[in-house]
Amino acid sequence: MTIRASIRFLRRGKIVDLAHVPPMRTVLDYLRLDERSRGTKEGCNEGDCGACTVALGVLKNGKLVYEPVNACILLVGQLDGKELVTVDDLADGDTLHPVQQALVDTHGSQCGFCTPGFVMSLFTLYQSGKAPTREEIATQIAGNLCRCTGYRPIIDAGFAACTGSPVDRWAKGAKEAARQLAALDDGADVFVGTPESFIARPAQAATLARLTAENPDATIVSGATDVGLWITKQMRQLPKIILTGGVTSLHAVEMAKDRVSLGAAATYAEATPALSSIDPDVAEVLRRLGSTQVRASGTVGGNIANGSPIGDMPPMLIALGATLTLRHGDTERALLLENFFIAYGKQDRKPGELVWRIDVPKLKRGEAFRAYKISKRFDQDISAVMAAFKLMLDGRTISSARIAFGGMAATPKRGAQTEAALQGASLDQPASWKAAIAALAKDFQPISDMRASATYRIEVAQGLLKKALMEVAGADNTRVLAHRKAVA
Amino acid sequence: MAVARRSLETKTVGKTLAHDSAALHVQGSATYIDDIREPDGLVHVYPGFAKDGALGKIKSLDLTAVTSAPGVLAVLTAKDVPGLNDCAPVFGGDPILADGRIMFHGQVIFAVVAETREAARRATQLAKVEIAVEKPAVTVEDALAAKTKDVGDPYQFVRRDAARAVASARHSVSESFRIGGQEHFYLEGQVSLAVPEEHGAVTVHCSTQHPSEVQHLVAHMLHLQASMVTVECRRMGGAFGGKESQAAQWACLAALAARLTGRPAKCRLDRDEDMMLTGKRHDFRVDYKAGFDASGRVMAVDVDFLARCGYSADLSNAICDRTMFHADNAYFYPAARIATRRLRTNTVSNTAFRGFGGPQGMLFAERLMEVIAIRTGHDPLDVRKANLYGVKGDVTPYGMKVEDNIAPAIIAELEASSDYRVRRTKIARFNAKNLVLKKGISLTPVKFGISFTLTYLNQAGALVHIYTDGSVHLNHGGTEMGQGLYTKVAQVVAEEFGIAASDVRITATTTGKVPNTSATAASSGADLNGMAAKAAAATIKSRLIAFAAKQWKVPKSRVRFEGGKVVAGKHAVAFGELARQAHAARISLSSTGYYATPKIHWDRAKAKGRPFFYFAYGAACSEVTIDTLTGEMTVDRVDILHDVGRSLNPGLDIGQVEGGFVQGMGWLTTEELVFDDQGRLRTHAPSTYKIPCASDVPADFRVKLFESRGNKEDTIYRSKAVGEPPLMLGISVWTAIFDAVAACKPGIIPQLDAPATPEAILRAVKGLA
Repeated sequence: MTIRASIRFLRRGKIVDLAHVPPMRTVLDYLRLDERSRGTKEGCNEGDCGACTVALGVLKNGKLVYEPVNACILLVGQLDGKELVTVDDLADGDTLHPVQQALVDTHGSQCGFCTPGFVMSLFTLYQSGKAPTREEIATQIAGNLCRCTGYRPIIDAGFAACTGSPVDRWAKGAKEAARQLAALDDGADVFVGTPESFIARPAQAATLARLTAENPDATIVSGATDVGLWITKQMRQLPKIILTGGVTSLHAVEMAKDRVSLGAAATYAEATPALSSIDPDVAEVLRRLGSTQVRASGTVGGNIANGSPIGDMPPMLIALGATLTLRHGDTERALLLENFFIAYGKQDRKPGELVWRIDVPKLKRGEAFRAYKISKRFDQDISAVMAAFKLMLDGRTISSARIAFGGMAATPKRGAQTEAALQGASLDQPASWKAAIAALAKDFQPISDMRASATYRIEVAQGLLKKALMEVAGADNTRVLAHRKAVA
Repeated sequence: MAVARRSLETKTVGKTLAHDSAALHVQGSATYIDDIREPDGLVHVYPGFAKDGALGKIKSLDLTAVTSAPGVLAVLTAKDVPGLNDCAPVFGGDPILADGRIMFHGQVIFAVVAETREAARRATQLAKVEIAVEKPAVTVEDALAAKTKDVGDPYQFVRRDAARAVASARHSVSESFRIGGQEHFYLEGQVSLAVPEEHGAVTVHCSTQHPSEVQHLVAHMLHLQASMVTVECRRMGGAFGGKESQAAQWACLAALAARLTGRPAKCRLDRDEDMMLTGKRHDFRVDYKAGFDASGRVMAVDVDFLARCGYSADLSNAICDRTMFHADNAYFYPAARIATRRLRTNTVSNTAFRGFGGPQGMLFAERLMEVIAIRTGHDPLDVRKANLYGVKGDVTPYGMKVEDNIAPAIIAELEASSDYRVRRTKIARFNAKNLVLKKGISLTPVKFGISFTLTYLNQAGALVHIYTDGSVHLNHGGTEMGQGLYTKVAQVVAEEFGIAASDVRITATTTGKVPNTSATAASSGADLNGMAAKAAAATIKSRLIAFAAKQWKVPKSRVRFEGGKVVAGKHAVAFGELARQAHAARISLSSTGYYATPKIHWDRAKAKGRPFFYFAYGAACSEVTIDTLTGEMTVDRVDILHDVGRSLNPGLDIGQVEGGFVQGMGWLTTEELVFDDQGRLRTHAPSTYKIPCASDVPADFRVKLFESRGNKEDTIYRSKAVGEPPLMLGISVWTAIFDAVAACKPGIIPQLDAPATPEAILRAVKGLA
């Protein structure tokens, strides 16, 4: 087992080797202040506007993939083993990249400040080799805000440029880049800094577990889509940072006959195909969760570990009956996910312990599932209320139910009284739903905040339960967004 | 007539050209203030404020830990200001650094100067500030109850006795509703870079719509003559009104830090501070009564707009005036009292935002049309048509005759092209069948007055040089914020000289070249600066014509500039060659140009006059679906027909129309500003404040420019201003939502406020029961 004391990544065909990186250095500051490349812009400094979008080339199962990420909340340590591409790199002399040329042709820029981010988001779409639909383009750029154009010309540019057969320098150089990235992967445990102040990116699972156990005061970072804001907004000092992303086995996404298993470092992007196979509603929530950039960095494990009461994944996972495995040193333990969330800001995770694996049971015959995300804006918003329902049916009668909500309590939480009241209710008799709908107000006492009032939260939760029951009973035309598309 | 038409034939003007910086934008090489290569020795300055408290005396301010923090060079407070500690645009009252007392949460009390921006930001956190907190007036109701002194006097337009006319009308309505504010969310935050020059002068690179005002405020603060301060701006990464008056404070702090350290200084706000510390679109409570007849025709309107202005006047008075100017939108009110209160609250000082108060006035008018339709049972479009100017009257409540009314023509065309009637029937069928989902449709017009209502602001200057190789240097007082102003003005100059727009070098706006400019605001940029640049070019051109005519002994009338050449009878030379020869003959190749809008006058005391040179028109038809269980909403289809006169550049104009519509839609749907009862803004980042994203724009989005024979008034190539008017096309989305809610229980007026968030929609649906 080797240790490497520098961060190494690929940039413009060459290896950048950084032996002195402050643990909290963001990629955006690295680019603008250290490398002094000024093409990448800072719009919000919290990963929400996408102006700082850059592309990361990553080898996934031997295949080179380009993903868009928000540089403002990405740590330099997270670049290790990847290729970094920025807007400054795209044009070939006087010839614009096809994505850039398309944006010029469609009048896709006005003030131009968001444009570099759009260029990079569309660049990754271009590399994907997809000929996208309008909806796919809109989803791809949901994490890029433009205040001038109204987006229509940007979407048109996506159509014009992303024809499904990339022919640019990256497409032509893919083999060479893949070779270089493979050569960078030395399997070493990266440790940069001192015992008091470091950023570590272990490659070995055992090293990650040991280092975390030895440094219970360290900050565990997977995607940094939340921790990034501790740095850029709260200005916290995080002297010790341990990255989980270097452990390949922790990215594993396994599909068994009866369950989906996720390693804690699996990103949303990596986990989406498997999770989406559980139910179309899971797919739709994942499509709306964060943005393409956030899903490329963020992890399901992180969404659980940070214990937020408004994470989108926990209510769905709890309703589905997921179990969580934690690891401390060499010791693993498992628990039902709902038991992990103890109180606001308090989870059942001991110092030095890591969220390690999530096992999600698939739906069985006779089980119906519905999940709904309520937010002010459909895409890239944090939910005001997140609802998930699993109904066990005996013919047209509900034999039992698991329901869970986010945004309704200090933790993601099940509704015990509502579940009890659902037992025996009939899909054919709306009158039999009333007790359960009323019970929601006993199970949950939500707060009012900037996302929604307590009154709305209760009313919408009740509306969603009614909607779920109507839908399972067979009603259609119940949603303003496309109705439960089948997942390929 | 033939001559007139010929004079409108153009080679460059009227063509779709890409934004002059488009190729730079897409490469990330367009330079914004923060991208400028910093001068040696740069320091950073960052503002600090009290974490808690919106109103009260500063009891104590302990900056010891701040001063001794790593990298800190100095900490600025009010006593460091050598001149006037005020960065207000008109009426005063906006301290650069609070002196003794704060009046809103986030008011700047001190500023840290440090070697790095991070060091400055971190150090601000170490201040110990104690405020003797008083109860702030946060809402309009708080301000009314606390009897805070208004930021400006109440003002009203009166036509006949509106109250009596309402009382005697066959039908009447009395209600109250709320219109939310709006954060600009320009993608490039506030930023200034100040560079000290000799003799104590300073150059400030500032992201601002109003370089001249920043120049004067910096000069007053440093106790310098205006000539010692130069303010420059090549481009902004968006502004929307938010960099008209609100850019000055950060320019002042940078200039002050530069003065005190003798080093260049940059002040760039983080997004959260930008949103907390700078003003927004005004929010309103609107209380009104209206009378109408059975056909839906308005008899009288009696309306009070209660504006939350924030802690100081800023531009609130002119903004509230514009609300009143647009409370009629395109409709004739036989009797009217249109009144505003400019209420002082302990919140950030609200400011200019695309439309400048007009959108709020117009939203009232459009709500009224929907309400009358519900009460009378007529289709809302028929109610609108019955009330348009030209049907019963054509004089506005402020005494201006509407002479260029094309609203009826635009509405008629859009009604047909959007298939409004057929869709109305289909929607009724859909609503009858569906319990959970309800649809609504609405077609609303826009009539927006063009000119600054403060008449003297309607002037502009430009400067054009031709070098001896024939290359052209263009400068004018307008600023580029993405709208394509620089491109349009370059087209005008290129047209004049018969050269390609790409041969006109566009240069940064600077107070050193064109002085005493007005803000690039009120949609006036191309109207004013285009005319000024044309005048400058025409002056040089007339000298060149005289020279060529003399040189080649042809009448002046036979000298033409076209295709990069100057043709005089049978002689033809390249434009550059003529420039060289003219220079050799000692003819000046440089000129200023000046323009002042004609015809306009406004007597505010009498509330009568012609404040606007002309009106810009448009109309939009929006269809939406709402979910009555959750309040969620989608916009299904939008059709727009908008009037830009004869377009200077259709590609850019379509961009303004689409972008303006989406911004207006955002204002009235997802964008919600939430203040807590302590006066703290809770939505100060894009994670909590939601502007539209790509999927919010309907897939079915049909936008067309109205085929116009040109502006009735003599504007630059008969074009019309296009910056602000399209924002108000977004109102059709809100009225369509209103229509969808109303469909849940016909005959009842929905209590729907703006913005129509899912929560507001669900509340309105539940309120019908």
